[in-house]
Amino acid sequence: MKKHITYIVLGLLALVPLLGLSSYMMHILILVIMWSVIGMAWNLLSGYCGQVSFGHAAFFGVGAYTAGMLYSKLGISGWWGFPASVVVVAVFALGIGYICLRLRGPYFALATLAMGVIFRIVAENLVGVTGGDLGIMLRERTWIDKTWYFYIILLVAAVTYYLVRKIIESKLGYYFVAIREDQDAAESLGINTTKYKTIALILSAVITGFAGVFYTNYMGYIDPKVVFALHDISIITIMVVMVGGVATYWGPVVGAIIMVLLAEIIRSIPKLGTAHHTLFGVLLIVIIIFLPNGIVGDFSKLKRLFGMRSPAP
Amino acid sequence: MSLLEVKRVSRFFGGITAVKDVSFDITKGEILGLIGPNGAGKTTVFNVVNGFYPPSRGEVFFKGEQISGLKPHQICQRGLARTFQVVKPLQRMSVLDNVVASAFLRARDRKEADAIAAEVLNFTSLDEDRNVISKGLPLGKRKRLEIARALATRPDLLLLDESFAGLNPSELDESIQIIRNIKKKGITIMIIEHHMKVIMSISDRIVVLNYGEKIAEGSPLEIGRNPLVVEAYLGEAQSA
Amino acid sequence: MTAIQTEVLLQTLISGVLLGGLYALIALGMTIIMGVMKIINLAHGELMMVGMYIAFVLFSWLHIDPYLSVFIAAPFLFLLGIGLQKYLINPVMKVDSILPENQVILTVGIGMVLANLATIIFQSDYRQTPVSYGTKAWYLRDYWKDSPVDISLSMPWTVSFTMALLITAGLWFFLTKTDMGKSIRATAQDLDAALLMGVNVERMRVVTFGLGSALVGAAGCLFIPIYYIYPDIGGQFTLISFVITILGGLGSTVGAIIGGLILGLFESLTATYVGMGWAPVGRFVIFVAALIFIPGGVASLLRSRKFGK
Repeated sequence: MKKHITYIVLGLLALVPLLGLSSYMMHILILVIMWSVIGMAWNLLSGYCGQVSFGHAAFFGVGAYTAGMLYSKLGISGWWGFPASVVVVAVFALGIGYICLRLRGPYFALATLAMGVIFRIVAENLVGVTGGDLGIMLRERTWIDKTWYFYIILLVAAVTYYLVRKIIESKLGYYFVAIREDQDAAESLGINTTKYKTIALILSAVITGFAGVFYTNYMGYIDPKVVFALHDISIITIMVVMVGGVATYWGPVVGAIIMVLLAEIIRSIPKLGTAHHTLFGVLLIVIIIFLPNGIVGDFSKLKRLFGMRSPAP
Repeated sequence: MSLLEVKRVSRFFGGITAVKDVSFDITKGEILGLIGPNGAGKTTVFNVVNGFYPPSRGEVFFKGEQISGLKPHQICQRGLARTFQVVKPLQRMSVLDNVVASAFLRARDRKEADAIAAEVLNFTSLDEDRNVISKGLPLGKRKRLEIARALATRPDLLLLDESFAGLNPSELDESIQIIRNIKKKGITIMIIEHHMKVIMSISDRIVVLNYGEKIAEGSPLEIGRNPLVVEAYLGEAQSA
Repeated sequence: MTAIQTEVLLQTLISGVLLGGLYALIALGMTIIMGVMKIINLAHGELMMVGMYIAFVLFSWLHIDPYLSVFIAAPFLFLLGIGLQKYLINPVMKVDSILPENQVILTVGIGMVLANLATIIFQSDYRQTPVSYGTKAWYLRDYWKDSPVDISLSMPWTVSFTMALLITAGLWFFLTKTDMGKSIRATAQDLDAALLMGVNVERMRVVTFGLGSALVGAAGCLFIPIYYIYPDIGGQFTLISFVITILGGLGSTVGAIIGGLILGLFESLTATYVGMGWAPVGRFVIFVAALIFIPGGVASLLRSRKFGK
């Protein structure tokens, strides 16, 4: 049963469009799956390999703009962004890695944060290339109905999940975790830490870029403030994984469900809407202090906490 | 033939000289002890040989090739592994996973890595602890895990940095036996140790450092009689 | 070079130095926290924002001059910093977690809350304090009639810069001459040695975080007469101070001052010769260049000069 849980979840999800859910419900589901993808990608670099990125919006945005510019500049479908973004995002990730990976720990984190901001500012200022603040609008959407969008992002998520699992159980995964646990020890055991950190970064970036490509095609509109957003992309990415569980397979999914639902609930209550960053911030603080490894990572701790209150069977 | 040649190596930190003009060779198959009072520069020598610091002056040759200036992982790939004085286990990984991670250096796939790990764990008598998360291991076993991890990279030369410090007598005996068995496998060893009895009994040759300089070199017997060495150690005992 | 070109260049350099002095003060707060606690405080800019709003409120309600608010905002932020360190950051330093960056992420949470609370209280409008001397300036030709070039010196900029210098000098005095300052420096240099010497490291951490917050709060007040505020202004100053600390060398106070000046000059030059919108990009060009070419920052250059062989 437990062995097949992944297939069961996937199978059930594949059947969801048959339920005839409202367009809004489908939208929420699509967002949850998209954030799971971004979370899993971040987890690969930061959770497993220990290189905490505060700038994943850079990769998301580059992916989104690859799709958007294929449409606006070349006049071809934004879906070509999927193959194109692999190359484009990887190249950008290589550049960012070259600059940032020479820093360790929190300094790496802040350097990536700066990178995210640089990308936003450049996208805003290079009006001739990106269209600047006006953004890019896809004049016609591929489908009105959400079903196919749902299946596409579900496929991306399934592939990502499979890939992350395979990687973590292989040599790459062992090397990633070794680097996270002790970079000096890893280096002296023959692990080329720079090389493997770069691999983790590129893998993570390309997957995040995929989510960006999907976003452009799904939403039909992007601008630098949205897709390169520090709080609404980079920080939410971190929160998805922190809340769900760092370095766990299902953590990003759990985190995505919680974060997307929470954002929707807060948004739907008029008075609370303006305070959503406060609530997110408080949630982040509470999680870090009480469940530093997230809901999945500290699940035993949670069970114990609630187990004490429920009567013994 | 010399396996490792350290040629006139100096290492400065800012204005401080940690190692000054040190030269020595290691012959294939021997155990070389590196001793000296606290702060004599022993660990710095290891760090230079292993590639953590490039030497400020001088060169290091391994199997006849210059390795000074290479990165630690490149040096390890050439067959030179080390342990750390302050143990650095991969804390959140199990003992087995720690060893598997280093076995991947030579293994082509997971199966082979598992096989190497199983053999090394057996060799270092860590079998029973294979599933323990290494953070929870007692010090003695953590020291042995360091050795196991280094062995899993299939080295020709093993640098052991105070692998005996803090061990109780029975652990000590066990570790000495492991070192002897490593030698039997044909692996050359350089060892830093404070425990005089141990070093005198297992080393084939000893190099003595004091204030970053080599003050003596020879068989354990010669070293025990060397007035300079005695003075260096007495000096330390008096100032301590 | 024509007289006008010279004038523009000199004017640009002067604004660069004035801006740099203020930047240095902001970065000093971050750098001492970094030195002692080995963490990056990503709520640094938000703390500055709090200082700015204190000055703004005091000015608009009680007509207190922003320069006097320094003496109210700095102690307030000192206490706020102490509270944050004691009740939020310190507990997290003791919790075991997979990612040691938890503390940094925690400060992101703190920053989010502060910025958002400011939005709720003050709305997201841009605000200014219309001080009477806001546009006053001194002109070189007023003092030297035949000067070939005319250069102006804005009064609020000059006053802010001078006060930043005084605060920096005060900090230097505190760190080098007082017992507590010496203990803080000892903690920053070598934690184990400081512990052995009997320094109460925990207390030094609390004090340092308070001090860093007070410094950036004071900087906030100094920025008020020459700048505008809005609740999300903090993020940009966090980044500026980080860029400066990378440029100057992590945890180095002298480096922070030099780094601040370099960044101020560079931004001012980019704004004049490339365009206003590109000034932030110039900031990051410096950042990237520093990371690649002087990994240890200016401080490492100074050190190698001193001990170089």
